[in-house]
Amino acid sequence: MMEVTINHKNVKKENVKKENVQDAPAAFKVNNLNLWYGQDHALKDIKFDIPEKQVTAIIGPSGCGKSTFIKTLNRMVEMVPIVRMSGEIIYRDRNIFDSKYSVEELRTQVGMVFQKPNPFPKSIYENIAYGPKIHGIKNKKVLDEVVEKSLRGAAIWDEVKDRLHENAFGLSGGQQQRICIARCLAIEPDVILMDEPTSALDPISTLKVEELVQELKKEYSIVIVTHNMQQAARISDRTAFFLNGEVVEYTDTSTLFSNPSDKRTEDYITGRFG
Amino acid sequence: MALIKKETVRKRMGRRIAANSTAKGIFIAATMFALVVLAVLLYRIGSEGMEYLSLEFITNFASRMPERAGIWAALIGTLWVMAVTAPVSFILGVGTAIYLEEYAKKNAFTRFIQINISNLAGVPSIVFGLLGLTIFVRLLELQRSVLAGGLTMALLILPVIVVASQEALRTVPRDLREASYGMGATKWQTIRRIVFPAALPGILTGTILALSRAIGETAPLLVVGALAYVAFVPENLFSQFTVLPIQLYNWTSRPQEDFHMLAASGIIVLLIILLIMNSIAVYIRNKFHKRF
Repeated sequence: MMEVTINHKNVKKENVKKENVQDAPAAFKVNNLNLWYGQDHALKDIKFDIPEKQVTAIIGPSGCGKSTFIKTLNRMVEMVPIVRMSGEIIYRDRNIFDSKYSVEELRTQVGMVFQKPNPFPKSIYENIAYGPKIHGIKNKKVLDEVVEKSLRGAAIWDEVKDRLHENAFGLSGGQQQRICIARCLAIEPDVILMDEPTSALDPISTLKVEELVQELKKEYSIVIVTHNMQQAARISDRTAFFLNGEVVEYTDTSTLFSNPSDKRTEDYITGRFG
Repeated sequence: MALIKKETVRKRMGRRIAANSTAKGIFIAATMFALVVLAVLLYRIGSEGMEYLSLEFITNFASRMPERAGIWAALIGTLWVMAVTAPVSFILGVGTAIYLEEYAKKNAFTRFIQINISNLAGVPSIVFGLLGLTIFVRLLELQRSVLAGGLTMALLILPVIVVASQEALRTVPRDLREASYGMGATKWQTIRRIVFPAALPGILTGTILALSRAIGETAPLLVVGALAYVAFVPENLFSQFTVLPIQLYNWTSRPQEDFHMLAASGIIVLLIILLIMNSIAVYIRNKFHKRF
């Protein structure tokens, strides 16, 4: 019963908000999302759809809630003990906050790449095989295949194929980050959340990750938080501008950067503040 | 118009540099003091203990005749007690640390437990001996057995292991946990596959250092009822026993000079065991040390 009502609501919402209707179906539908850290109201009435198989960029100044928002999509934000939330996020017709929806199931479908490369202190192979292993895959042959496919998917296979059993810490920062992306691909998610994935990388590594994102969007829906507006302009299809926990503007990337409708967006992207 | 007079600065310069050298001198002196005491101790033990140190000394039982006396019973007794203490204190200590660090909510109650564990680490060992006497020897009727002694020792070092393990768990970066949870791992999978292996070197180091402390303890085992004169080795967990420090205590309290020299030989054996254990701790720390 509950889910039916939710669906009706979404239909209504899409009809009302014509400008937000996309060609691509939505991966996430976020409705009236509010979030507090203790007394601090970090996300205010967030409402938007994230399209499937596209790159959605989230930009905004420090402390605007963009990282908080992306961590809400796979409920990693709940690792902060004082967090409180209201509203709903619909993923594949189910509210991710539903008590029957386990975070483990959600995170198997919604993978995440973090700001700082965080490979495990294990071999490259074990890093990639970690995801499949925790989901119960033990067959060595299957694991080998998953590892190769994921490393190829993250465009790092050729660089590491001869040293799969060496510690991942021996790699450069950029390579480590692509290992983390490969590790994320290994659980075969639908959505990949990227929280400033290039902020700790040098320009060449950044370029490689950006090219990779372009490849990945053919198969995955990608949400990327970035501090770097040029990056958002280069790689995303849609861009949302967050300010003080609110979505100020959310539209096609080209429109947002060339013809922003809100004065605050214009001020931000032209570098007048932030 | 400069606010700082160059002349004043120059005058103070000499005093500042002198104070700097003095500070360095004080700290060197503090270190030297400990080193000198240690050197004297080692020299005395070495010069007294070498005479009786031989293979027979290790394989003989205690005896009234110094030339035939050995520490076999005490050595094996110590190993038996440690064989009880090590697994019990490790399992309980690490389990407690994992609960407190990973599962327990940070509220007034866990803070209360935390403070008490830290305090227990500082409680005199004789108090643990009395506790062991009440619970293991009398209440559980284990009598003066290896089991009662080992469990008492486990209680003694439990707080130290808990605190050391908590420290080790805390050093595992949040990044690694996030990466694991982010892939849909459960809490238990994350602890078992990521957090625990990363913390293991620290946990093992803490455990081995705590066990080294237990090996040298006398008081609690005297209270629990370890024997002072034993001419047999324990056969099972319920056998009576003695341990190295008790044997040493027994020898040093005799009037004859020869027994004092035997005690010195025993101390050398004890020190060698401690040295081996600490080397293992260092080896583990270096071998498994992970970069984060």
